[in-house]
Amino acid sequence: MPNTQQLEDLTTQVRRDILRMVHKVNSGHPGGSLGCAEFFVALYQEIMDRKDTFDMDGIGEDLFFLSNGHISPVFYSVLARSGYFPVDELNTFRLINSRLQGHPTTHEGLPGIRVASGSLGQGFSVALGAAETKKLNNDNHLIYSLHGDGELQEGQNWEAIMYAAANNVDNIISTIDLNGQQIDGATDDVLPMGSVRAKFEAFGWTVVDIEEGNNIDAILKGMAEAKSLTGKGKPVCVLLKTVMGNGVDFMMHTHAWHGKAPNDEQLEIGLSQNAETLGDY
Amino acid sequence: MKTYTNTGNKDTRSGFGAGLTELGKTNENVVALCADLIGSLKMDDFKANHPERFFQVGIAEANMMGLAAGMTIGGKIPFTGTFANFSTGRVYDQIRQSIAYSHKNVKICASHAGLTLGEDGATHQILEDIGLMKMLPGMTVINTCDFNQTKAATIAIAEYNGPVYLRFGRPKVANFTPENQTFEIGKAVHLTEGKDVTIVATGHLVWEALEAAKTLNEKGISAEVINIHTIKPLDDKAILDSVAKTGCIVTAEEHNYLGGLGESVARVLAQHQPTPQEFVATQDTFGESGTPAQLMEKYGLNANAIVNATETVLKRKN
Repeated sequence: MPNTQQLEDLTTQVRRDILRMVHKVNSGHPGGSLGCAEFFVALYQEIMDRKDTFDMDGIGEDLFFLSNGHISPVFYSVLARSGYFPVDELNTFRLINSRLQGHPTTHEGLPGIRVASGSLGQGFSVALGAAETKKLNNDNHLIYSLHGDGELQEGQNWEAIMYAAANNVDNIISTIDLNGQQIDGATDDVLPMGSVRAKFEAFGWTVVDIEEGNNIDAILKGMAEAKSLTGKGKPVCVLLKTVMGNGVDFMMHTHAWHGKAPNDEQLEIGLSQNAETLGDY
Repeated sequence: MKTYTNTGNKDTRSGFGAGLTELGKTNENVVALCADLIGSLKMDDFKANHPERFFQVGIAEANMMGLAAGMTIGGKIPFTGTFANFSTGRVYDQIRQSIAYSHKNVKICASHAGLTLGEDGATHQILEDIGLMKMLPGMTVINTCDFNQTKAATIAIAEYNGPVYLRFGRPKVANFTPENQTFEIGKAVHLTEGKDVTIVATGHLVWEALEAAKTLNEKGISAEVINIHTIKPLDDKAILDSVAKTGCIVTAEEHNYLGGLGESVARVLAQHQPTPQEFVATQDTFGESGTPAQLMEKYGLNANAIVNATETVLKRKN
């Protein structure tokens, strides 16, 4: 089991990967990716009980579904650095003939991806379907999913959230990335959602807060609590408070870097704030 | 001319229900989802016999499509059931991203397609669904003609790995294809041999095409009737072989002429063997309330319309 320092080192390297990937093709979504770097590292290195080799059906292991597919840079970096495909392949992000499409897809056969995502609001339903199949297969492993907070504005989420509690889907831990930002500005300005916690509770979910969503120890503690609440008849939601653009000072606390790549100079500043730890791809 | 006997009117949706009942017994991986239309889709038996494999999702079709996509992960074969309108147009992006692009083994089973839904009117009568579904890369599109064929198709698509759109309807119509037939996806069925005109029909229009062929036969016109149950992948060879003999073609479907079977056939002919073609289909219009027979008459989707289209296309032959 890696210690916290090893997880921190990996997170720093993942941040470098994210910055370099989007810089190279001058496109992609660094803000949300950086904000979720600690979560992905903790999930793939510590939290999930997963197999080393990828199999689409994923029987006998925990599965993860990314609903807000635009944060593909962090997903790809962590998948590569968790051994699903060669780290060098991060060089091909968003290039023609790449398996690393702008948004994640199964279409090119990239190991680690189980469904396409990017058109928002669909991941809850898919994750719940996979959770139902785990139950049918008497497979006691869990389903994890991640969703943006702005993404909750899509109506399909609430169909799925209602379904989950009504059908006692208690083998799922769905995390909401509460960074308070979306493309056009703060979620409170674009379409205020009120209390996300109250909404999930009203829909019959058990809710766990992780106030420090960019702190690995806090994530591990919160997710352990969430895991302890599974299997009790109710779906579990984790509200992960993160800072968009975390780890790169000029990208933090703003929606400006939701879908914009750094230029050469900005890249150098970002990299200087995140020292190479495990070796760049 | 070979003739067919109606063994008694039955609805194609009941053929789907019967097929699903059979699959419940024979394939433990088959699961079924329904969006508050169990009775209309004839899914009652499957639900009663296999409650653990049946999922009532409520009036939430978008969620149903996503759930079905997710259920394939781990080896299940989900069959979704709702009206054709709510199986396609309402959930197009969910099907596109989570099912088609992700190549999930989901069977989208759609009842009450077309005008023959009847009195509920245009809000529920979709005439665009074949077009919507055939445009999706990798999607198989099937429109069956009677009870027996719908049952056989339901059973067959469980054996095929990939997304399928299976379209059927509400009214009781002639049941004339063999009981316990083997259904082969993508393989057209020759119903009559003829030399003057090819009539390719799908869904409820297949029986009408046979009725039209009888009338034409009395007028001395020999019609080759082909049942195109699979619109995608289309049996190009069956169509080309037939028109090589007859030199003209009528396509017949309960669907808009834009985006339907007729356009798929026209594409094959334009590429390989330009041939005079007439379209029996709705003319870029919505439907309306009425009985199925009234609607099919008003919108020109019956045996009479096929006879008239044949007489028109024959005049265009060299």
